[in-house]
This record gives sequence, structure tokens and C-alpha cells, in this order.
Amino acid sequence: MSTLQETKNTILISAVFENWVNASPRVNAFAATIQEAAHSFLKQGIPTTKHEEWKYTNVTKLATTDFQISANNNTLKKVDVKEMKVTADAVIVVLENGVVNKEASNLEALPKGIHIGSIHDMLDNAVVKKHFLQHADYKTEPFVALNTATFSDAVCIIADANVEMETPIQLMMVNTCFEYCDYVPVRILVVADKNASIHVVETFESFSHTNSIFVNAVSEVVVAENAKVNYVKLQDDPLNTTHINYHRVAMARDSYQHLTTLSLGGGLVRNNLNIRLGDVNCTAYLNGLTVARHKQLVDHHTAVDHAMPHCYSNELYKNLIDDQAQGVFNGKIFVRKDAQKTNAFQSNKNLLLSDDAIMNAKPQLEIFADDVKCSHGATIGQLDDESLFYLRARGIGEDAARALLNHAFAAEVMEGIAHEGVKEKMLDILNDKLK
Amino acid sequence: MLTIKDLKASVEEKQILNGLNFEVKPGEVHAIMGPNGSGKSTLASVLAGREEYEVTGGEVMFNGEDLLEMSPEDRARAGVFLAFQYPVEIPGVSNANFLKTAVNEVRKSKGLEVLDSKQFLKIMQEKMKLVEMDKAMTQRSVNEGFSGGEKKRNEIFQMAMLEPSLAILDETDSGLDIDALRIVANGVNALRDGKRSFIVITHYQRLLDYIVPDFVHVLYKGRIVKSGTKDLALELEEKGYDWIKEEVDATLNA
Repeated sequence: MSTLQETKNTILISAVFENWVNASPRVNAFAATIQEAAHSFLKQGIPTTKHEEWKYTNVTKLATTDFQISANNNTLKKVDVKEMKVTADAVIVVLENGVVNKEASNLEALPKGIHIGSIHDMLDNAVVKKHFLQHADYKTEPFVALNTATFSDAVCIIADANVEMETPIQLMMVNTCFEYCDYVPVRILVVADKNASIHVVETFESFSHTNSIFVNAVSEVVVAENAKVNYVKLQDDPLNTTHINYHRVAMARDSYQHLTTLSLGGGLVRNNLNIRLGDVNCTAYLNGLTVARHKQLVDHHTAVDHAMPHCYSNELYKNLIDDQAQGVFNGKIFVRKDAQKTNAFQSNKNLLLSDDAIMNAKPQLEIFADDVKCSHGATIGQLDDESLFYLRARGIGEDAARALLNHAFAAEVMEGIAHEGVKEKMLDILNDKLK
Repeated sequence: MLTIKDLKASVEEKQILNGLNFEVKPGEVHAIMGPNGSGKSTLASVLAGREEYEVTGGEVMFNGEDLLEMSPEDRARAGVFLAFQYPVEIPGVSNANFLKTAVNEVRKSKGLEVLDSKQFLKIMQEKMKLVEMDKAMTQRSVNEGFSGGEKKRNEIFQMAMLEPSLAILDETDSGLDIDALRIVANGVNALRDGKRSFIVITHYQRLLDYIVPDFVHVLYKGRIVKSGTKDLALELEEKGYDWIKEEVDATLNA
């Protein structure tokens, strides 16, 4: 049994978390950073709804669930994951319960200049040494601190300078724990070096639908000068899963990043996206889609940080909330003093499909430069009755008509996915979801 | 085919149709004219199954079935088509995808095999010619960014694809210039095959120069108060509606 401890400073922490954190580091090469993160977590604890950033998303039950840290037993084979591939030719790296499963992955014939593997096998890689654990901020993000202090394995994807890879790289996160409530720390590093271009797809699946699962994922993405990263995050966890995700992108000059987050499952999902346009002429797209039903809660917190001039960012978030589900969108845009000639746009559109559905939308722009173009808009509405009648008057049944309209609303988010095969697969998954 | 008996309907508690009687036989073209507010569009809406309209009395039989008991989609599947006065824009749904879904739903309800993409495309290309529709229009989202004329052409195109047995055109001529009017009318005339029936609701006689009706009815205060041939439309064009209003009001007050 876990015991709930609240210290004098009302920091919420459980004995389970405390024990894991105190047992770090698990990757000795980064001991100093990991120990610092451990201390930081013990100071921050699990945030309560009193914390402004967690006002609508109550994660305190994490401190009272009897989690065990995931066992390092890899059971999956290539054949088990075949069905979950986003494209037939995708390069697959499987993380089973947070640990790289080489046997289920297909990393045997990687293109020249592409390096993918477990952190334990890539400690000598200079790029890994330079960037691993360096970008996600554990000092202010409690779950980054917890992740940093508890991961036992990590995936590194490195594209060397000038390497362009059209085939998607799929990070397949699979949970196979059936025996107990499972805590799964997932750690990812992606680096596209100068002029490199890659497509990355994260997928989350779980074979366990009964015990509570807590996925705590941190992705650090580095986009070097003139590099291009197209990234898709597909979250289709079952309802027993709490999924907290921190995605940090560090962008160098003239770089491009396109990120699509598809939150289609999970009991409680929190996405923290933090994009730093750290030099001139960066382009960043953030698209997001939620399809939430039952009592799901899906929370997108985005922060786009314009630090330097002549950058462009564009955010499109759409939420379809049904039943008693809840959606949260909190979109921050910072335009720093030096970031003149910034173009930053944000759009958040929400459809509430039932009387009990709830959406909390909060755009937040903080602009310190004076020569910028920024806009934001948020709408909350219902399906248009007139459109519904029009479709029905042409012989399309009511359910099919609703599905068609919901799909049309959601599909706009998919349009930006650059890889045609990946886009097609995501649209198929969306279709199934909306049936 | 269609028999309307003593139909009464209201919208937002206001009675619009006051005991309307009307019959359409296979292959006939009926024009319904009348001054503003006489109930023309209400009749179209009630026949198509719009939920805001409440039927408070009477019956509508369509090929022996109670039309008023049917959902909008079942009416469409049974062969009733409404060309909307104000077609809706549906962003994100391509015209082609929308029509393929609709055509196949109608086919399924008739126990016919659904069309695959190739078969559908072939039929679509044939029907596009009827309303001089170009391919780009079928790829665009339903009615999105279409001009008024394009929207009305799209209605007739949908009608050609769905091949209804009864088509109701609700002021399809409104807002059309003479070229668009001709295209729309040609499309309709091409679909007149002696079996398919039409109810053409219009405010102006102009459309009836192109789509020549078998019967013309005047709707006033929710009833058909006068019926005749196409000559009645010409008379209305010349004399307006006042003489009919006076006639009817005199009878009512007597």
C-alpha cells in the first residue's frame, strides 16, 4: 500500500514516488543531472489544482495509486507489432513498458547517417552526449523531474547533417503489463543535425485495459540549422491510462518543425508542448486534435516561445468533446523583446457534442516586441443542425451524417501531416474512432 | 404518387399551412406560386421532413406510404428530393465524397450493390455534363465558396445523381442570372422522363418559360386557392396576386 504524505509545504508525494526517485540514477553516465532532477521532484511534488497550470486537470490521484515501476521484461516479437505499423516500410523502434525492445524493432538496416537505439548503446555518440537531458526543464515541470529521476531506458534518434530520410521512423510505445498498476517512464531524444530532414511518429498502445497505467513521457527534439522535423504524436491509450507528456523542441536558425498531436484515447491525457524558436527564421507548426468521450479528460498546454526575430508559428487545435468528457486548451505565445517581425497565429476550435461535455479554452499571448503580427481565436459550438439536415435530406442516416461532419471538422488538423502514408493511416484511425 | 390531404403545419407556434390539398401523379410537373409568406417554402420543408415544422393535421401519402412518419433520410431513400432554397456550405466534406456516401446509402436502402469509386466516377462524369459542372467543383467542399448560381447547379447535379421519383425545387430560380437559370432549367428538363414528377416552387413566372409545367397552383394563406395550366402563370405575371387575394379574402369574409 502506498501512503499519502503531505509535507509542511503541502507538497503532494507518495512513498512510491519517493522511493523510486531516491533509487536514482539508473543511467550512471548522467548521474549528476538525474540526481538534481530527483531533488527537484521532491521539492515540487505532484501538482494540485491550486497550481495555475493544473487548475482544470486533477492528477492528485497519482499520489494515491499503488503503482509499481515497470518491469524490464520484453515479451514482444516483430510479429506482435506488425499491425501497429503506421506504414509498411516504417522503421520501427519498440519501447515495451519504457524499455527498448530490440527484437521487436527493425533497426537492422538503417540508412546511412541515421542512428537509432537505446541510450545504453549510444553513450559514446557525441550528439547524444551534448543533448541528452539538456532541453526539458525539470526545475519547473514536476513530471519532467519525475521522468528524469526514474527512467531506466531511453530512445535516441539521431540524423546526421545533410541526411534526408523520407521513410517514417515510428516510436512504438507499448504497454504489456497486466499484473499491477504500472508506472511507465518514457524518455526520447530526437536530433536532426544541420540540413537533415526526418519524419517521426510516436504511437502509444496498451494491451492492458484493467489496472491503472501511468505513462510519463518526455521527448526532447533538437532541430539544428536548416533542419526539418515532421513529428506526429498519436495517443490512443485505453481509458485506464493516465498519460502525461512533455514535448520540448529546441530550434536553431532557418529550421522547420511540424508537430501534430492526436489525442484519441486515454482516461486522462495532459500534453505539455514547449517550442522554442531560438534563432532567426524558424518556422513552427503545431496542430492538435482531441476526440474525447466517456469521462475522458484531455488537456493540451502549449507554449510557443519566440526568442528571436523573423520567425513564424502557427497553431491549430481542434477538440471534439462528447458524453461527460472534458477538454482543456491552454495556448501560450511568448514574443520576447528581440523577436521583431514575428508572425504568430493560434486558432482553437471546439465542438461540444453533448450537454455534459466541458471545454476550457485559454489563449494567452505575452508580447514584448512592438513590430509583430499575432492573432488568436477560440470558438466553442455544436454541430450545425442545418448541415445535419442537408446531409439527411440526401439519404445519409443521422449517425453517418454526424460522423461525416465530425470527420470534416477534425480532418483539417490532419491536412498538415507531410508524409502521405502517415496521413492516410491517421485518417483511417480517425474514421474508426468517429464511427 | 403524392397525395396531400388537409395538411396543416405550424412553425414556432404560428400556423402556416391551413388545410392544403394537392395531388401529383407520375410524370407531372406542378408549379406552385404565390405571394411572399403564403406558405410555399413551408410546404417544401414539411415534405422534406424539417424538424422545426410541426404538422398539426392532415396527411401526406407518398406511393402508398405515410411520408410524415418517415425520417428525412428515409424520405430521400424513398425517392423524395428537395433542392434547397439556401444550400448549406459544409467545409471539409468534398462534394464527391458527400455524393458517393449519399448515392450508396440510397442504393443500400433499395437492396442494390454499392458503387465502387470507379463506377461512381463514371456516373458522376455523365451527370456533370447535365449542369455544365466542371471537375474542380466536385473536388471542392460542398458548396463552400460557391456562387449562388453554382450552389443551385450543385442542387440539380445532386438530383441527377440521386435520381429521385419526386423532386421539389424550392425557389431554385431565386438569385440566378439568365445563363444560370438556363443551365438549371436544362438540367431539370433532361431529367423529365415521363415518370419522374416535379414540384416547382417559384415566385416568378420566368422559370416556367424554361420548365414548362403541366399545372400551376396558387398558394395563399396556407391553401391552394387557384389551379390552372401554364396560362395561369402568365396571367399572374401580368396582373400580380392582388386580384386573387381580393377574391379569396372576399370569400373568407362572406
